[in-house]
Formats: sequence, C-alpha cells, structure tokens
Amino acid sequence: MTAPLLVFFLLAALAVIGAVSLILQKHPIHSALSLIVVMVALAGLYLLMGAEFVAAVQIIVYGGAIMVLFVFVIMLLNAGVEEHTSLSKLAGPPGLLLVVALAAFVAATIAKSGASAQAAAQTGALSSTKGISEMVFKDFVYPFELTSFLILVAILGAVVLAQREKS
Amino acid sequence: MHSLFATKDDLYITLAKVCVLLFVVLTVNAYLTWFERKVVAHIQSRWGPHRVGPHGLLQPLADGLKFFFKEDPTPAGVDKFVYHLAPLLALALALTSIALIPFGPDPIRWHGHDIYLGIAPLNLNVGILALFAITALGVYGVALAGWSSNSKYPLLGGLRSSAQMISYELTLTMSVVGVLLMAGSFNLRDIIDAQARHPERGILGWNVWPQILGFFCFFTAAVAETNRVPFDLPEAESELVAGFHTEYASFKFAMFFIAEYTSMITVSCLCTIMFFGGWLSPFPASWTFTHYLPSVILIPSGLWVIMDGLHYETLFGRIVLPGIGTAITALGLALIVLPHQYNEFIQAPFWFLSKVLLFLFVYVWMRGTLPRFRYDQLMAFGWKLLLPASIVNVILTSFVILAKMQWGHP
Repeated sequence: MTAPLLVFFLLAALAVIGAVSLILQKHPIHSALSLIVVMVALAGLYLLMGAEFVAAVQIIVYGGAIMVLFVFVIMLLNAGVEEHTSLSKLAGPPGLLLVVALAAFVAATIAKSGASAQAAAQTGALSSTKGISEMVFKDFVYPFELTSFLILVAILGAVVLAQREKS
Repeated sequence: MHSLFATKDDLYITLAKVCVLLFVVLTVNAYLTWFERKVVAHIQSRWGPHRVGPHGLLQPLADGLKFFFKEDPTPAGVDKFVYHLAPLLALALALTSIALIPFGPDPIRWHGHDIYLGIAPLNLNVGILALFAITALGVYGVALAGWSSNSKYPLLGGLRSSAQMISYELTLTMSVVGVLLMAGSFNLRDIIDAQARHPERGILGWNVWPQILGFFCFFTAAVAETNRVPFDLPEAESELVAGFHTEYASFKFAMFFIAEYTSMITVSCLCTIMFFGGWLSPFPASWTFTHYLPSVILIPSGLWVIMDGLHYETLFGRIVLPGIGTAITALGLALIVLPHQYNEFIQAPFWFLSKVLLFLFVYVWMRGTLPRFRYDQLMAFGWKLLLPASIVNVILTSFVILAKMQWGHP
C-alpha cells in the first residue's frame, strides 16, 4: 500500500506546487505552463483512483485543448511580463480568514465522509467508461443536452461577434 | 489499481522492455532518415546518400555524430527555461506515445513470466484515449519552442502549428469513433480482436473497408498532426526559414527531429491497429501455408545482402553486410526447420511491422510527390471538409450498427 500512497503524495505535491507557481509567476506563459502541470497532476490522481477514462479526458480536454488555447492566445497577443503592483491592504486579512475557513470546511468534510468517499471512488460508476456513459446518456440526458445547447449558443455568440468586427 | 503497481519482477521486465524499445525506436528513427532520403532521391532520379558506407548505410551514424559535436549556442533574449524545456517535451511525449502500442498478441514465456510485446499492459482500457491525450500535449513542444526563441519566424511557425494541430486533432479523434463503435472498446487489443471476428475473411474483415471514409480522414489528420508534407506549414522553409526550430542547433534540433520521426512511427502503428487489422495476417486463417511467407522473404533478401556486401572491398562490406545477410538467411531457415510454435510467434510481429513499414513508405512517397498547402487552404480543408466528413462517418456507422442490432445480423 506504500507505493500508491507515495505516488499520491508526489502528484499532490506537484499539483500544489504548480498551483502556487501559477500565481507567483510573472510571465503569463509561465503561469499557463504551471496550470498545465496542475492539470496533468490531477489526471495522475484520477488514474490512481482507477478512473482511467476521466484521467484521459482530463488531459485531452483541460491539459490539451483548453490550455493550448490559453497558450495560443497569450502567444498571439504577445503578452509581456506582468508588473507586480503593491498588494491591496484591504484584501489581506479577509483573504487569510477565508483561506482558513475554506481549509477548515474541506478538512471537516473529508473527516466526516472519509471512508465512504474512498469506497465511492473505488467502486463508483464514475470509474468506468460504461458507467459514465450510462449516467450522461441515460440518467442525466436532459441536463446534458441542455449543456450542449448552451455551448451552441456561446458558439453562435462568438460567430456574431467575429462577424461584427469584420463589417 | 493493480495494473499500475506491479511486483518487483514485473518492474525489472518493464525497465528492460523500455530500454529495448528505446534502442529499437532510435535506431529505426536513424534509418528512417536514410530510407526517406533514398526513396525521395529515387523519386527524383538521384542517388541519395551513397558515400558513407555501402548504399550510404553509415550516413545516419555520421549525421548522429555531427549532431553531437556541433556547437550549441543559446540565442540572446530567449526564455531560457522554456527554450530548453520545449525539445525535451517534444521528444519525451513522442517516445511515451510509442510505449502504448502493442506489437503482438502472444506473450513470450520466460522464467515463469509472460512477457508481452509492448510496454503498456494489454488490458489498458483507455488505450486509444491515452494516446490522444499524449498527442494533445504534443502541441506544447512546438508551440513553446516557437514562442521562447524570441524570433519572428519561429513564433509564426509555432502559432501556425498550434492552430493546425488544434484543428486537425478534432478530425483525428472524430475519425476513429466509427472504429470504436464497431469494436465497442477503447482498448487497442480489443480493436484488433474485433477485426478477427471472421478469421475466414482475412483482409476483407479489416476495418478499412467499412470505415474507408474514417480511414482517409484519420490518415490525413494524422499527417497534419505530425507536421509532414503536404501539411508541413509550421516549418515551410520558403516562408519561415525552418519554422519553430529555426533557433535550435545541435542536439536540441536533433530532439525535434527524432520526435517528428517517432510520431510518424506511432501514427503508422495506429493506422495499422485501427484500420488494417494490427498483427492479423491478410490471408484467411485456413491458408496455413502463408505462414512460410516470412521465410520466403527473409532467405532471398539475406542471400542478396551477402552477395551485395561482397562487392565492397571495405571491412563493412566484407564482414558486416555478409554477417547481417547470414543472420537473416539463418532466421528464415530456422523458421522452416524449427517447431511450428516459433513460426506462429513470428507471424504477428511480422505482419504488424510490414504494415507499419508500408505506411512509413506512404509518408515518404507523399513527401516526394505532393506540394504544400497554403495556410488558408489548410484551415478550410480541415474545418470545412475533413471534420464534416468524419462526423458523417460517425452518423453512418451508428445507423448501420443500430440497424444490425434491430434486424439481427449476428
């Protein structure tokens, strides 16, 4: 049982380091690269839970498609190094408070449902491709179709905006 | 969970397999450049490399040494971290993707272990998705190389390549959906097994016939994805010098080069698996005499290599070539003489590698024949023709499968 635990901590550390580096990096491309590291580390965590399909889709959609678009846009706009302004004094104390509250909430939730969550991850329908497809195309088919309709509307909006620019 | 954490013995076997595959892939890479130069040269009525060793066979070695010993300057004003990361990323991802390819169905028994041909476990249920995941990340190598070089042409090449790869990845993924529907699995082994459902049909049972549209979409998109002619706009030398790798020299350039050729091999393997029956023989299963085909090919070619080697009055010609020829002939003879199970075992890898070689030849053939697309043509072709065609293919395949389920062809 030690090997999975070791891999878990490695991936978790990678994800956290990537997330922190995402905020601290000065150049947008470096931030985007840090975010890719987070995405890939998360995919590794899914793989560790036996959710092969979710892991692959995580990399294809988030690590690949979405982040490539991010990087592409940053390159296209040729965004330079960001200036770090002096941080807002007001944001400090409430932010710290919120971080503590959030951490406490997450810890409490995990402590409350630790065993059952683990069992769900092991045997749940989400771990297999078939289970996911049955959920999406049977149990939740209407919300799923509605979501795709929403995305279609967004695409139409983008096309309209692009056309207006041209004329 | 069990497939991820194997026992210690399995770990050693996997490490050994990684080393062997790495060696084989890099050697094949090197000789692929020789093969490409020779074939393109003959298409253009030239000799191709023929000075270094017989038939220029030592040319890849000379090229490799040259890459090692060239000066490797870092241009001024580059983003150092990303500039060094990009070729590493490209090479690592290309080599990882080939680790997911299964090369044969039957394990070798060795000291109580079943050793399969291929690194990834055969029961990897998301085989094809994992490959697409790695391909999706492959864009970064090229895009980041272009951006970090701090130079105009690489940036343009990097931008072009990102746009091209995003566009064609959609088609690449959509075009295999038909195959996945027919096999009912993401597993590469299941996909090959599904093509062997009617062993008497042989070549007619392969996916390429019902999925001919999907195959054309897939292969076209795959060529675009690997940045090869006629889709090699990211490195169009008449417009962009050398595109995204203009500012790279020496071994960092070689890494991009190896990455490109490795992805060519991976894509050829994928075409073979998805559409051309993987390791299946094209002949009906009852034609057992076709099992001697490897010997029929190996013995004459071995003898020819011996004869040819004797023409050269060098060490290489006198000893190495006849040696290789003798080995090939001996292998061909052994397959006839030895018990049948050895011959059975060689069948699968033999057909697999023959098909892969055929696709690699098509790659080179296209490079010698076709002109390059213009950028807007490339985008229009991808979005307006290929993607709709692959979607039509998915719809047609689904209808046929549904109809078969309804009106019961078994």
